[in-house]
Amino acid sequence: MKSKGFSINLRQYGMIIALVFIIIMFGITTGGILFKPMNVSNIIMQNAYVLILAVGMLFCIITGNVDLSIGSVVAFVGAVSAVFMVNWNMPVWMAVVLSLLIGALVGAFQGFFIAYVKIPAFIVTLGGMLIFRGLTMVILKGQTIAPFDESFQFIASGFLMKGLKVGGLNTLSILGGALVSILFIFFEVVTRNNKIKYNFEVSPIHYMAIKIAVIVAAINVITYRLAQYNGLPIILIIMALLIIIYSFVAGQTIAGRHVYALGGNEKAAKLSGIKTQQVMFWVYTNMGLLSAFAGLVVAGRLNAATPKAGNGYELDAIAACYIGGASASGGIGTIVGAIVGGLVMGVLNNGMSIMGVSVDWQQVIKGFVLLTAVTFDIYSRSKSSPK
Amino acid sequence: MSDIILEMKNIDKDFFGVKALSNVNIAVKRNEIHAICGENGAGKSTLMNILSGVYPYGSYSGTIIFEGKEVTFKNIKDSEKEGIVIIHQELALVPYLSIAENIFMGNEQGGKAIIDWNKTRSKAKGLLEMVGLSENPNTLISSIGVGKQQLVEIAKALSKDVKLLILDEPTAALNDEESNKLLGLLCGLQEKGITSILISHKINEITKVCNSTTIIRDGQTIETIDRAEITEDRIIKGMVGREIVDRYPKRDSNILETVFEIKGWNVFNPENEHEKVISDVSFHLKKGEVLGMAGLMGAGRTELAMSIFGKSYGQKISGEAFINGKKVKLNSVGAAISNGIAYVSEDRKNYGLILINSIRENITLPNLSKISERGVINQNLEIRESETYRDKLKIKTSGINQLVASLSGGNQQKVVLSKWIMSEPDILILDEPTRGIDVGAKYEIYQIINELASQGKSIILISSDMPELLGMSDRVYVINEGRIVEELNEGELSQENIMRAILRSSREAS
Repeated sequence: MKSKGFSINLRQYGMIIALVFIIIMFGITTGGILFKPMNVSNIIMQNAYVLILAVGMLFCIITGNVDLSIGSVVAFVGAVSAVFMVNWNMPVWMAVVLSLLIGALVGAFQGFFIAYVKIPAFIVTLGGMLIFRGLTMVILKGQTIAPFDESFQFIASGFLMKGLKVGGLNTLSILGGALVSILFIFFEVVTRNNKIKYNFEVSPIHYMAIKIAVIVAAINVITYRLAQYNGLPIILIIMALLIIIYSFVAGQTIAGRHVYALGGNEKAAKLSGIKTQQVMFWVYTNMGLLSAFAGLVVAGRLNAATPKAGNGYELDAIAACYIGGASASGGIGTIVGAIVGGLVMGVLNNGMSIMGVSVDWQQVIKGFVLLTAVTFDIYSRSKSSPK
Repeated sequence: MSDIILEMKNIDKDFFGVKALSNVNIAVKRNEIHAICGENGAGKSTLMNILSGVYPYGSYSGTIIFEGKEVTFKNIKDSEKEGIVIIHQELALVPYLSIAENIFMGNEQGGKAIIDWNKTRSKAKGLLEMVGLSENPNTLISSIGVGKQQLVEIAKALSKDVKLLILDEPTAALNDEESNKLLGLLCGLQEKGITSILISHKINEITKVCNSTTIIRDGQTIETIDRAEITEDRIIKGMVGREIVDRYPKRDSNILETVFEIKGWNVFNPENEHEKVISDVSFHLKKGEVLGMAGLMGAGRTELAMSIFGKSYGQKISGEAFINGKKVKLNSVGAAISNGIAYVSEDRKNYGLILINSIRENITLPNLSKISERGVINQNLEIRESETYRDKLKIKTSGINQLVASLSGGNQQKVVLSKWIMSEPDILILDEPTRGIDVGAKYEIYQIINELASQGKSIILISSDMPELLGMSDRVYVINEGRIVEELNEGELSQENIMRAILRSSREAS
């Protein structure tokens, strides 16, 4: 997508290159274990929750704020869903819908105080962090509720028709990779043709060919690896949809443009007729909804609702956004960047764990990675802007 | 001409090639009160900023001689060390600290690190007595009025062993009684041997206390007049000058029926619900007309414009607005835009643009619904539209994806104009549209204004640049202290008439 200007593209490509570099490095130091089919599958499933949260967090960060409450909301929604399904034997679909609704309400509750009462988001969500962690303990009475129905676990840890194998490869995974590749090529060509129709300059055809080749190769390598294991994780499909939808909202819709404008200069946005309070309210409502979804995923994967679930997840999501090039002062950031940032953290976690680096050192290293990424970002920004 | 305390000789200063001061000469005698007069933008503040070291030595040319020796100030600390203290129009006090703390801010009393509160308070008390302010030094600044705050500023200056005190429009926000007290204090300081420079627009104050007056116009000193010769006419003549240059493109006005009307408009300060900023303003605007709004800074023009533009400023706004004779409600910016009103802010960096975004995104921001279908932006259409405005308004840029932060002031202003022209308004309010941009770009903006007017759009032009206002407007309202004090029609448009209206209303008010 060439919509954000060349300099930002360069920064984002910089992060993607860093991700590739990290992957190759760990591929070597772990002696190839990182690339094992099961591990590729694991990386995706372990990090699903961070990526989902990072998508929501990115919008909060674009407005120039953060949301500290999401770890607690993850636990809270997990607990509520466990009560619905395990204690009250509610049908899974109904419990999921209700849980998502409750998450959105939690977001709306905080969004109301941020947008209309004008309390800084940091304070409101700090309050939310305490409130919902506390409520989780109240609901669970300090204990763990388990186990969930299998169909619920399927969302977080299931695979799409994992039995359907031909020659040791999952057919759907291979087909899925091919389908996505074809769709990607189709959209690239349509975009290019539209530009030609409007008499705009287009990048040379070989440039596009290289871009398509690299991305198609990446997609198919991943789906091939997944095919060697159990096939496509359900959560990967859901996540891909989320990323596509939210990228589209951020980049191509009026609503998305309004969020960027609010974060870039609230006063100017207001004087351009943007209802800045409403925008802020919906950003936090959306964050609540996505936190609820992440809460369900976490509960489903653990197959339990625990009082400690989601502890510190807000920090992972915030770090993912910053590593992915979002600006702490607002107005700048992309969904793709946040996803790349989340994957950098995820691969680091996974690679270091395989290498046997202890958890304490993992934290130290992740901290330095965050600092380095943001330093690089600020440095490149100060070089590209005139002031 | 005995004993001159301050002499500024051949001062030249330019900002990015735009001359702000050229060959300014001023001499202030010891122990006098010296007034400086001039229009907005004449260069008074620039001159005082040079004197006080805000613009450091080296950023201007010319010499400053203070107390018989040449001085080269690098910052305010340097000038304060010599005994030159400036009190700006915007007071530099911290509202949530006490009077005593403010007086000794940056000059704390006591040891190296530890403040001696008893010493601070007793010294503050002495200074407050000197300026005739009977307040407890522990009182918070936020709980005393502007007049008293002004006195605290003077006490702060006195604490620094001031020899030359510069006051920039000290009485602008004061009522009659407070002003008199302040002027009396200046005379009292004069007896104690302190020289003052007073920047003021109020002729009666100048004639009351000042020993001599220097008039500045267009960055040049016009003359220095002694007290005996100071008259209103003399000052106005000096401030306004006689030169008429054809800096404004001609327009054949085709003025039709009234399209917009405001009746009985009242606005209160958003921070202080008792302070009326706009009182009982009524005006009308005709189709194809360029309507000027003249006034001094702080007269309430911007506040009036913003309160009309979807209540973007103020509280407890009352009054009626009519478009084409029909009453309209302008309760939000969105409502104002959909009623065909656009407002180009005087502060384009803070209120007009999103500096970290591209030209394209800025131009289309208020107009996204025009280039979208069901909430989805047609990016190709967006590029085409913004290219159109880039060409039409001749924005000099490497491309529409360039960030507006990297554009020059004139080009930034064209981006702001593009965004509002794209919204196809009938009524366009331009608030200081040429502030801080170079002469060439100014001329282009005048041409744009003329073209819009000839298309039948109605324009409200707010400008502190009087020749510009007179050169561009068909009709002018003079605004002072939140009221419309004069309406000048074609044939009556002159700087003298505007200045006279302002001075007259200031005098009536005080």
